[in-house]
Amino acid sequence: MSSDVADSADAVAVAPAADAGFLQRHGTTIEYILIPGAALAGALVVFGIFVALFGKNPLDLYFYMYYGAFGTWFSWQNTLTRAAPLILTALCTALPAQLGMVIIGGEGALLIGALSATSMALAMPWAPPLVVQLAMICAGMVGGGMWILLSGALRQYRGVNETISSLLLVYIALAILNHLVEGAMRDPASLNKPSTREIGAANMIGSIPGTDVHWGLVFGLITAILSYILIYHTTFGFAARVAGGNIRAAKIVGLSVGKLILTICFLAGACAGLAGMVEVAAVQGRTNANLAAGYGFTGILVAFLARQNPLAIIPVAILLGGISASGGLLQRRLGLPDASVLVLQGIIFVFVLASDAVYGRIGFLKGKS
Amino acid sequence: MADGSIGLWTVPLAVFGGAIRVSTPFLFVSLGECITERSGRINLGLEGTLVMGAMSAYGISYLTGSPWLGVLAAGITGALLGALHAGICSLPRVNDVAVGIALMLFGTGLAFYLGKPLIEPTAPRLPAIDFGFWSDIPQLRAALRINVLFLIGLVLAPVLYWAFRTTRWGLLIRTAGESSDAARAMGHSVLLIRLRATMVGGFLAGIGGSFLSLFYPGSWNEGLSSGQGITAVALVIFARWDPMLCLWASLAFGGAAALGPALQSVGVTSGYHLFNAAPYILTLAIMIITCSPKRTLTGAPAELSITR
Repeated sequence: MSSDVADSADAVAVAPAADAGFLQRHGTTIEYILIPGAALAGALVVFGIFVALFGKNPLDLYFYMYYGAFGTWFSWQNTLTRAAPLILTALCTALPAQLGMVIIGGEGALLIGALSATSMALAMPWAPPLVVQLAMICAGMVGGGMWILLSGALRQYRGVNETISSLLLVYIALAILNHLVEGAMRDPASLNKPSTREIGAANMIGSIPGTDVHWGLVFGLITAILSYILIYHTTFGFAARVAGGNIRAAKIVGLSVGKLILTICFLAGACAGLAGMVEVAAVQGRTNANLAAGYGFTGILVAFLARQNPLAIIPVAILLGGISASGGLLQRRLGLPDASVLVLQGIIFVFVLASDAVYGRIGFLKGKS
Repeated sequence: MADGSIGLWTVPLAVFGGAIRVSTPFLFVSLGECITERSGRINLGLEGTLVMGAMSAYGISYLTGSPWLGVLAAGITGALLGALHAGICSLPRVNDVAVGIALMLFGTGLAFYLGKPLIEPTAPRLPAIDFGFWSDIPQLRAALRINVLFLIGLVLAPVLYWAFRTTRWGLLIRTAGESSDAARAMGHSVLLIRLRATMVGGFLAGIGGSFLSLFYPGSWNEGLSSGQGITAVALVIFARWDPMLCLWASLAFGGAAALGPALQSVGVTSGYHLFNAAPYILTLAIMIITCSPKRTLTGAPAELSITR
């Protein structure tokens, strides 16, 4: 790990011709790119060693990972399609993180959002597609928002730890989804895989012209940019960051922390709920257990790797979307189990968290104070 | 005496039997987490430890033919994951909750990866002691087929309770959890105490996992644990970090988790998935009732980040 940091550090140190002033002025920014990058590289090396233990060639692994994620236009489209829900579920962790809260229940909000959006579409078969789609967006966001709001409210009014409550709510959401999909909302025609009825081809949101990437990617980009503006360029976001930095100071200057917690939690859940709506309206066309594909959990990793910054989430989500897109190719060409993507994600997560210890310790980036 | 004569008694009987059967993993994970949290650190990664434990126990039992070696392997795997958690957490400015989430994902991923070839074969299971030999009622006999691991857990809870109160090790762990400054002033390394506490916690959680794959449900597949580990972590919080309360809470949880299958066996199938979510709903409900925003929880180790 530390040797990786040193290696990459040398490479950067050479590049700007030893302009110490530049390095020190932008030290923090460089750290935010350098350290997660080095952590990622370290994780890839460890994963390479891991697969080498099973008799696979790590160089093949890296090649197929690159090829499956970014090698062709086809794989780029696959990557971007997977990045769309990841951007949205990552925001579900990143927004509450501004307040110092650790919410890991994005998967639950995604499922409830998908369920609400599907119900809304099925309830209005007479309406024109645009109206149905807008109603689905609203329903998905409100459904997901209320789900995470529950965690926020429990934290605010009952002091229940939000990390544990949001994770428990994932399992409850999955139970509700299975209950409805196999019961009240079941399409009698779905025999092997219990599902709801389809929302109808006309109501699907379709692809961005010239590509196979659905419009959900644009939803994700817009939401991430709006979140960035909200957090860094509004009074509300400033208040949230103050409360996240020091909750007592925030109370003393008269911020209503409770209102901040509830609003942020609702917005966070709304992002994940929108991801659920996108998965229904652009990929699945209906609600069933396929929706619990782990986007919510990968989103947590995206948020941490992006250091909870809404703009940084976009490239990180594309990167991790690429890793999961290459999973199929690794399975076919190298015979690796489908869980290898999960292992790699776990290793990356561990490296990224361990790299927190390095911040502010890279000698040449520090000022001469 | 026909089967029908016990009629609706099937349900409470199955819940009772389930309380004993299903509670064992809850019991081991919560006792392990209890030790870790008393030392001032929270390990949310025990969900991953549980699944890794289940996988390694099944694998070793299959390869060696001895389920007890499997249990040992599960414990060692758990201790190694615990050491990884403690090792990363001892770096400066690393958040233990986040590391736990990472290890949760890592543990489950690794278990699915390594456990892929284990889905097909059948491994030798752990034996059960037949406490219901005196009865003619098959349901009662089924309920009283008790695994040795449960009995070990039953003994372990009061032993831990005693150890926390009276032994030197118990005192050291509690000191590290209440005030790391005090422990340091006494000349002990807080990081080392926490490393050991997390490793012991992981060891117990791994054994809890071995119960899942080697006794009940008694096979290895990727849907084996759905949140039992994290439920057990929550359980420690409302058991007030008291090993005896962990025991009672685990039994209550086992009963709640057995409700769905029990009702299904008498023909109530409509709310199957909702009844299966009973443990999570119960956890959440108890946390809502017992937590308060006004004060920190009584009995909470002062160094624990999750209660501050």
